[in-house]
Amino acid sequence: MGLELYLDLLSQPCRAVYIFAKKNGIPFELRTVELLKGQHLSDAFVQVNPLKKVPALKDGDFTLTESVAILLYLTRKFKVPDHWYPQELQARARVDEYMAWQHTTLRKNCLRTLWYKVMFPVFLGEPVSPETLAATLAELDATLQIFEDNSFRTRALPGGPHISLADLVAITELMHPVGAGCQIFESRPKLAAWSQRVEAAVGSLLFREAHEVILKASDFPPADASVKQKLMPRVLAMIQ
Amino acid sequence: MGLELYLDLLSQPCRAVYIFAKKNGIAFELRTVELLKGQHVSKGFLPANSPQMVPVLKDGDFVLHQSVAILIYLSCKYQTADHWYPPDLQARARIHEYLGWHADFIRGTFGVCLWTKVIAPLVGVQVPEEKVKRNRAAVDWALQLLEDQFLGDKAFLTGQRVTLADLMALEELMQVVALRNDVFEGRPRLAAWRGRVEAVLGADLCQETHGPILNILEQAANKQLPQIPPEAHPLMLLRLSRIP
Ligand SMILES: N[C@@H](CCC(=O)N[C@@H](CS)C(=O)NCC(=O)O)C(=O)O
Ligand SMILES: N[C@@H](CCC(=O)N[C@@H](CS)C(=O)NCC(=O)O)C(=O)O
Repeated sequence: MGLELYLDLLSQPCRAVYIFAKKNGIPFELRTVELLKGQHLSDAFVQVNPLKKVPALKDGDFTLTESVAILLYLTRKFKVPDHWYPQELQARARVDEYMAWQHTTLRKNCLRTLWYKVMFPVFLGEPVSPETLAATLAELDATLQIFEDNSFRTRALPGGPHISLADLVAITELMHPVGAGCQIFESRPKLAAWSQRVEAAVGSLLFREAHEVILKASDFPPADASVKQKLMPRVLAMIQ
Repeated sequence: MGLELYLDLLSQPCRAVYIFAKKNGIAFELRTVELLKGQHVSKGFLPANSPQMVPVLKDGDFVLHQSVAILIYLSCKYQTADHWYPPDLQARARIHEYLGWHADFIRGTFGVCLWTKVIAPLVGVQVPEEKVKRNRAAVDWALQLLEDQFLGDKAFLTGQRVTLADLMALEELMQVVALRNDVFEGRPRLAAWRGRVEAVLGADLCQETHGPILNILEQAANKQLPQIPPEAHPLMLLRLSRIP
């Protein structure tokens, strides 16, 4: 059995893995795991990832979870162009730095924005208090500012002159608030220009294909009661 | 200027960097940044234009944040023994898998006890009991996953040799132990793992690295901790308010 990728393009780390594999012509079987139907909680998927999360990779007998680990594994196994994860020590360290930083900052805030703004009210039918929403958006704003100023990096934005894994992880993240209807690029010309460069480097067609689902987030039909009951505790744990 | 590391040994990621550099005989200037004195928010302690966080590495003009990035940088630059960050494709992937999970489940959770028990009283607030309980439950849940899903029957978290993953994990667990939640009690597999990691590192280095955090409650009880300067209060209060 060749390479299998367990993904749901609703999830931002899954989109990063998907775009990376497609862009680099890495052959894989797509195994779609629909989170909103609770497919990640099925017995079949628990065999793949006991932690019940996507993305997950299977390469023969070898199973791997965590998007950063998967991206680095694919980078090394398929000898993709150097710019994704440069050999040069300092350039590489910049990519590692961004990927370590994002987990508890940009990633968390983008995820919370999507859930509080759209998924709770529309999909789960749970009202969100205006205070919670405002606080969430304020935190997002602050994190985006740090990201844009990037005062702690010598380069303009994550990847430097060529697209890297850091850019890919970042852009797929930012498309979460975009999917939630936030105009994050409007007042941020630097961020907007960077996102256009990343989109161009990925290719518009592939970029759009990967983001089709998230850009329709506000049209998701409401969850039925049994799905809601299954998902709720995990969602709460995830966005805390 | 050679290698400089900006650290506070009260911080778990800083200790992972410190213990790694020391163990591998990497020469560095230690730049101590005392978080409890708010030195990370005053000018002159961290490199210019740094976010207000430690650890930070400075190597000539190159400034790097994030413990994971620093550890990888050091292991490549100083060509440390392979087992820390193995070149083998699958073995290395296991380390990144662990570190990704660690960022989600351990990092934000295991540090909370220092804030609730030591820092909150110093800035005159109390973290609600409900949050403390929730944190305890999150710690227990993460420990169970750590033991069952990662350690399993192996000698170390990702295989039979010690790696960067073990260092990152040990330092987080020590934080909780120092604040009187002995996470190794009743978890013999984790306790044996700790023994193995510490045996690799050596008792002296462990004592040196863990000393400050292991003494923190006693120092607090004896009122020997520094006064947190007023300009650092807002940031501390913000951090405290973010405890879920
Ligand atoms: N740190 C992980 C995060 C994985 C993750 O949290 N995946 C989410 C989707 S974005 C998931 O599968 N959630 C389902 C659940 O927890 O119930 C990564 O980067 O791969
Ligand atoms: N992900 C970072 C975390 C760094 C971090 O959170 N450092 C804390 C100490 S453990 C800090 O400097 N906190 C100061 C503050 O946030 O005010 C790493 O692993 O290096």
